[in-house]
Amino acid sequence: MPNYVFKLPDIGEGVVEGEVVSWHVSVGDSVKEDASIVDVMTDKATVTIPSPTNGVVTLLHGDIGDMVPVGGALIEFSTDGATATEPAPSVPDPSPDPDSSPTPQASVPTVPSPTPKPTPIVKPTLTPSQSPVPVSTNTSSRVLTSPAIRRRAQESDVDLSLVSGSGPAGRIRHADLDAFLATGGLMSGAAPTNYSSRRTGITEIKIVGLRRKIAEQMVVSKFSIPHYSYFEEIDITELEELRQFLNSTRSEGQPKLTYLPFMMLALAKIMPNHQECNATYDEAANTVTQFEAVHLGIATQTNRGLFVPVVKHVEAMDVWGAAAEMQRVSSAARNGTANLDDLSGSTFTITSLGRDGGLGATPIINHPEVSILGVHKAREMPVVRNDKIEIRRIMNISSSFDHRIVDGANGAALIQSMKKLLEHPALIFM
Amino acid sequence: MSANRKCRVLVVGAGPGGYVAAIRAAQLGMDTIIVESDKTGGTCLIRGCIPSKAIIHAAERFENLGKHSSEVGHMGISITGDTDIDMAALVDWKDSIVNRLNKGVESLLKASGAELIKGWATFSSAKQCIVETSDGSITIDADNVIIATGSSHIDLPFMPCDEEFIISSTGALDLQKLPKKVAVIGGGYIGLELGCALSRLGSEVTVIEGMDSILAIMDKEIRRPVEIWLKKHKVVVHTQAMAKGAVVKGKGVSRKVHMTFEKNDEEQTIVVDKVLVTVGRRPNTKGWGLENMGVRMDSSGRFIRIDDKCQTSVPGIYAIGDVAGDPMLAHKASAQGELVAEVISGEKRSFDKVAIPAIIFTEPEIVSVGLSPNEAKEAGEEIITGKFPLAANGRALTLEAEKTMGFIRVTARKSDHVILGIQAVGSHIAELHGEFILALEMGALLEDIADTVHAHPTMTESFHEGVLRTLGHAIHIS
Repeated sequence: MPNYVFKLPDIGEGVVEGEVVSWHVSVGDSVKEDASIVDVMTDKATVTIPSPTNGVVTLLHGDIGDMVPVGGALIEFSTDGATATEPAPSVPDPSPDPDSSPTPQASVPTVPSPTPKPTPIVKPTLTPSQSPVPVSTNTSSRVLTSPAIRRRAQESDVDLSLVSGSGPAGRIRHADLDAFLATGGLMSGAAPTNYSSRRTGITEIKIVGLRRKIAEQMVVSKFSIPHYSYFEEIDITELEELRQFLNSTRSEGQPKLTYLPFMMLALAKIMPNHQECNATYDEAANTVTQFEAVHLGIATQTNRGLFVPVVKHVEAMDVWGAAAEMQRVSSAARNGTANLDDLSGSTFTITSLGRDGGLGATPIINHPEVSILGVHKAREMPVVRNDKIEIRRIMNISSSFDHRIVDGANGAALIQSMKKLLEHPALIFM
Repeated sequence: MSANRKCRVLVVGAGPGGYVAAIRAAQLGMDTIIVESDKTGGTCLIRGCIPSKAIIHAAERFENLGKHSSEVGHMGISITGDTDIDMAALVDWKDSIVNRLNKGVESLLKASGAELIKGWATFSSAKQCIVETSDGSITIDADNVIIATGSSHIDLPFMPCDEEFIISSTGALDLQKLPKKVAVIGGGYIGLELGCALSRLGSEVTVIEGMDSILAIMDKEIRRPVEIWLKKHKVVVHTQAMAKGAVVKGKGVSRKVHMTFEKNDEEQTIVVDKVLVTVGRRPNTKGWGLENMGVRMDSSGRFIRIDDKCQTSVPGIYAIGDVAGDPMLAHKASAQGELVAEVISGEKRSFDKVAIPAIIFTEPEIVSVGLSPNEAKEAGEEIITGKFPLAANGRALTLEAEKTMGFIRVTARKSDHVILGIQAVGSHIAELHGEFILALEMGALLEDIADTVHAHPTMTESFHEGVLRTLGHAIHIS
């Protein structure tokens, strides 16, 4: 039985190592060619690597969380004689060259190489195999609650296992179900009462994969960059009118506009006058690179963690194009279909929490960039205008800059330019 | 005469599952027909739970009276002369209770608006049956069918019941004369309930059980007081013994049954007046056209397969009670009957019980709800348990309920004190089960029971103390 060592192939531009995020196979499993074997996380994306061959897994190199260098052994198979004969093919070409295989064209595993789709998919955590729940009575593993609540749950199509109980030992009370129903499942239980027992459970979570990447990136950003933050409020009453008008008259197929596309366009418009902000700084080389192109990173919360997909060349877009492209890249990031190109190359980053935007924040710069803009919640506010109190729509923005590169005056100038455009939105388009 | 009828809900069988389903369906405004060939009430009411409890109560009374009629009397009460028993009169008394309840069921059905048709239903397809009644046949087309045909006594093929010498539980409840000697084949709960009663009435009882213990569904600790009672009352128990056959010999009043069984590879023969066969019950799946309905059976092939809404594999066809799976208990059937009527009426319901209580009316009585300590461990639970003896309960002493060495045993999860199971054994203990099962259904913690005031003097205090003992601080026992 020949042994076949599969090494971590070159899975992307400049990628030198990958972190094992999850194994789809274990030792002893028999694996078909092209079946998923492992998820490997790189700087940019998580890649699911398919099996190069048919065989039985004999060894896994690397536990979850371990870094494997490109070219390092990843997995070993025992293949039956008819299949791959060449042990351990050289790395950049991960072809097992199964020349004597029954399927001579046995395609090389679709290993993502620089250009193609790296299918950055982190598989959702595998739930334990779902054995059918016995119908009748199973006293031990039951959700703790009362018959009246079970009936209400049945009538409301609520799976009580999703409701967290605030009663003693986690017993589900009517109030818990009320809270669950009232929030459409957003709140899984009621506030604890004084009848609640103390909670003493501890959950330890190994920080691996994307979360570790995020953690490392944040440390680099926060500890190497001397941040300063700058806040401003913007009267977007006119912008809101324009936005509403455009939305109400948009043609089919045009995306619904939020504030972000206008802000993106405003940034692209003013950036030529604030080139020091649209830049990256390589500390090691003592070099700042300023860009004419405006590639805007859009910080995007996904259920796997924070991603920053990039809208390229905003300076060449109209508002509809910016909205559509932003929607495309952020939903690609959310559903795991973003490719490496979508996830790299930003020159400036915008972070917005939408409805949960709050009043202000101190955004952390997306290293090696030098500036970031945070967008907060817009709301109607009493404002003094022309000696009168008027109701205007106000949005706060926060910004952070790398003080090594962007002087306070320069950062402030960018934000003031931005304010001017957003308060007189016609300027964005002039 | 033949007639055609249509209805929204057709219930087949008027036992504790069927009649409850019919009443509930009618309450919900559905046009409901229930078909029963016998008296309403089913096995439970006619020849099971109710009549057996009547006989068991009478047997207890008789035994107690016997204590008073002894030379020294008892509790300062003595009866001059012997107590006597007239089985025919006892059976009449029992029948009066049965008849009263039977009439009660019929009037409840009537009051609810469900129509009772007396006759034998045979299904020709899933939703059509022909009922042979005394007035001719009626064809019924139903939108929904609830199968509640129950179960029947299982005969031993080599000694079928003649209800004269070889009797089933039905015959045992209609004895016109107390048999001097009785052999009970099958030491399950039916055999032992009747065996205990006959013993208390004065029969010499021998129990033949194939397994290595009687009441094998209960754990050793719980069945022990019953075993001791049987021993004290000179009930002979042969375990790992298999009945081989029975021959009736003799003439006239001296006709006896020679019953042979094998134990330890040896054949023994005992001579008795009656052999009571209680080797189990079989779901009634034959003889009424089930095969024409196209419903699937469960993996054992014995029961009709149902889901958590009691629906069979055929939409609109439901099955409840003994015909639809274990446990074969009247209260399970009734609960399913209520549920299924609500399901048919469009309510969202599913059969979702923490536990179904089981009670055995032997002497002493046994109650079990939820998991035993061993079952809880097998389910992977880390548990704490506590036992409280009735001998430490004042009310039990005044009722002489402690004499059977009964106790209450509580099992709870160690980490969060959720009660996982309660078993109890003792005289009069069955009526305590309501609190036990409520505790389970409500997801009670030990502290919930501990902090609930239980009235003194009652036997329910033993449950409170059993819980305290599980928590490590019972008051009335050290």
